[in-house]
Amino acid sequence: MPITDVAAAAPPYLALRGVSKSYPGVRALADVDFDIRSGEVHALVGENGAGKSTLVNVIAGAVRADTGSIEIAGRAVHIASPKQSQALGLAVIHQEFVLVPELSAAENVLLGHEPMRRGVIDWFALRQEAAGLFARLGVDVPTEQKVKSLSVAQQQLVEIAKALSVDARVILMDEPSAALTGSDVDRLFAIIRALTAQGVGIAYISHRLEEVFAIADRITVMRDGKLVKTAPVADFRRDEVIRLMVGRPLDAHYPALPPDPPHTAPLLAVRNLTSPGRIEDVSFEVYPGEIYGIAGLVGSGRTSLLRAICGADRYSSGSLMLRGEPLHPRSPHDAIAAGLALVTEDRKLQGLVLGLSIRENVTLPHLDDFSRFGVIERERERTAVAALAAELSIRARSIEQAVRSLSGGNQQKVQLAKWLLERAAVICFDEPTRGIDVGAKAEIYELMVTLAKAGTAIVMVSSELPEVLGMAMRVGVMRGRRLIKEFSRGEASAEAIIRLATGTVAA
Amino acid sequence: MAQPPPPAQPDVQAEEAAAATVASRRRRASALRAAGLIAGLVVLLGILNAATHGDFLAPGNVVNVLRQISVNAILAAGQTFVIITAGIDLSVGSLIALSGVLMAGVLSREQPGVFAVVLAVLAGVGVGALAGTINGLPVVRFGLPPFITTLAMMLMARGSAFLYTGGQPIEIVNKYFNDIGTGLIGIGRIFGIPGIPIPVIVMLVVVFAGHFVLTQTRFGRYVYAIGGNEEAARLSGVNVAGVKLGVYVISGALAGVASMLLAGRLNSGVPQSGQGYELQSIAAVVVGGTSLMGGRGSMTGTFVGALLIGMLYNLMNLLNVQSYAQEVVLGAVILAAVLLDELRKRYFAPR
Repeated sequence: MPITDVAAAAPPYLALRGVSKSYPGVRALADVDFDIRSGEVHALVGENGAGKSTLVNVIAGAVRADTGSIEIAGRAVHIASPKQSQALGLAVIHQEFVLVPELSAAENVLLGHEPMRRGVIDWFALRQEAAGLFARLGVDVPTEQKVKSLSVAQQQLVEIAKALSVDARVILMDEPSAALTGSDVDRLFAIIRALTAQGVGIAYISHRLEEVFAIADRITVMRDGKLVKTAPVADFRRDEVIRLMVGRPLDAHYPALPPDPPHTAPLLAVRNLTSPGRIEDVSFEVYPGEIYGIAGLVGSGRTSLLRAICGADRYSSGSLMLRGEPLHPRSPHDAIAAGLALVTEDRKLQGLVLGLSIRENVTLPHLDDFSRFGVIERERERTAVAALAAELSIRARSIEQAVRSLSGGNQQKVQLAKWLLERAAVICFDEPTRGIDVGAKAEIYELMVTLAKAGTAIVMVSSELPEVLGMAMRVGVMRGRRLIKEFSRGEASAEAIIRLATGTVAA
Repeated sequence: MAQPPPPAQPDVQAEEAAAATVASRRRRASALRAAGLIAGLVVLLGILNAATHGDFLAPGNVVNVLRQISVNAILAAGQTFVIITAGIDLSVGSLIALSGVLMAGVLSREQPGVFAVVLAVLAGVGVGALAGTINGLPVVRFGLPPFITTLAMMLMARGSAFLYTGGQPIEIVNKYFNDIGTGLIGIGRIFGIPGIPIPVIVMLVVVFAGHFVLTQTRFGRYVYAIGGNEEAARLSGVNVAGVKLGVYVISGALAGVASMLLAGRLNSGVPQSGQGYELQSIAAVVVGGTSLMGGRGSMTGTFVGALLIGMLYNLMNLLNVQSYAQEVVLGAVILAAVLLDELRKRYFAPR
């Protein structure tokens, strides 16, 4: 194959050599080599936390590597800012699009480098240029329409055209198919092929192995910040990719789980819960003292399920039963009163009021019980929170410290403390250990086990497979807004969960 | 319940010791700063007092300043609730006028007795609370920006005040009512002062009550929580809509209270009154260190803010600063005060 030979002989357009990046307590990238040749699709796969995002951010100029070098067409370069990255012909299309919804498609494509004539925008040239870029992609996008009125697939095309408008030679696509439906994915593939035919190199970052095998020329597997294997797609078998992604034996720091509680009377029963566009027909049961894990890709409906159960979002049909009694939480207030608690994934945006103290955050859901005639009984409040803070070993100067200044692990404990003050019957954890250090993780796991032993039912959503396998007694797998499979204890394996979650096999 | 803390590892202990040192150093630094600030303030006041030949700190003048700030301080107290929830109330100035003419209207129709005063005050404070409800409902129900709803109320209330009076002031002859604005409470002369003006007493009651509600009650805690993180508050089961509606009702009702003092002092309900007061009240709140972004602030800060602005006006009058120039100075002082607060936070805030 002469073309391949030529491509292999020329230096790759973008090459990273021995790139490392550490954050406090985490080695995000360890000595990674990664390159993208002109005209190829290079897939980058790995579990959450494998280092893909950090790698993308280094290339995009959003993050600076600690060590290692970057070459463009064989020449060493420094990428200190997103602007420099762009000037070097590198473009990133993030999972969350970065578009101005109120501007038209054409305006978005050429935002920041509009064609000018006599000091004002040359609107005719702007439309022509944008239309020309869409034509290059072989697609028809209404250039005059506001971006907010375009479909997700069309918005993605605007992002791609935007990359082409600055003459990108390499485009990194982060989970480009996550928000797309089947036929849109096919169209995306056609566009990727058109781009590679024009010599553009594509980095395709995805969880969906089916797609990776359909579009990629080469695959790189990452795990724990390290590059595990880079090879042409023909050299990989699908099972092998999954094995390499999961790779490690389960971490040993999970506490011993208590035996399964008897499956007689469920504490919480979810029946056919449906919320259009979020979750569809989800049913499962959790027993007192059980930890029920929910696995699935981002966007599979995991968080929406927890939010619907805990009254944060309304659901349109289906039902909830708590201790055999029907429950219709119309607001978080209702759910909390019934004994349901939600420990949110994003502590800073949803879980905590950062400017308030530990004490004020912990009692926020329970002030009715800490006040008489509307006046807070400060002493009683202080005593209760101080005792709980000691029990959870929350590390802070005092319970009057603002939660903003606490570490992630301690913030998570404060979030948990909110729901332990008056023992919630069911605690829904969304990513219980995201962004916290190893020591705090172990403490959170211990707490979960202690709670389960005391009869609390725990529903845990996690993107970290070892966590699901190490902490959950039973595991439900979600895909496409549905709970498609439930594993009994000991049945689940990382490979099986990834297969189901990514749609590599039918449920 | 309280278990002994888990055995700490050596490095954790070292870390905690270091943290304790940092904390004590920070405490000492903040005490030092406070002492410096107070010393500076005393010196400044002394200089200003000397510059005005002792007029500035004369007891009579101090009481005078307090009386002058009473209307603004009461408006600012209500505004503080709204701003801590990250809202704003632009309607309070116009509500002064609407509430004032309504009270004057009620008084003109009733026999001049105490009963008429009660009726008038109920009407005046009631219309303020009603307007606050109308301000808040679209905010909590449809998510409209409070800037818009209160701007609309500012126009509607002002227009209604003119419509109600035909543009003319309504005179108030009820002695009891006018006493609220002009009366004194005192037991003989102390420090050469005949007594404390009733508006000052009303203001102090409002400020104390506001301080109590913000710091000691469930409602106050919710106000801070909503301003700090509305979604976290909602997910914690806080009745966000009820509390947000409540702050607009409080602000509107306090505009009615402020209007009562002003109308009593003017002996009339004046449809032109209260113009620009909404901005004065916002100025007092922000000078007092409350963040327009919500979640942070205090009633004591607001009172100090209103007092500083009042003192500044008073001082400029004593120094015969021309009234147009006074506005320029006040604007510059507001900007400087908030800028200083921001810089202080940026350089001294932990992390």
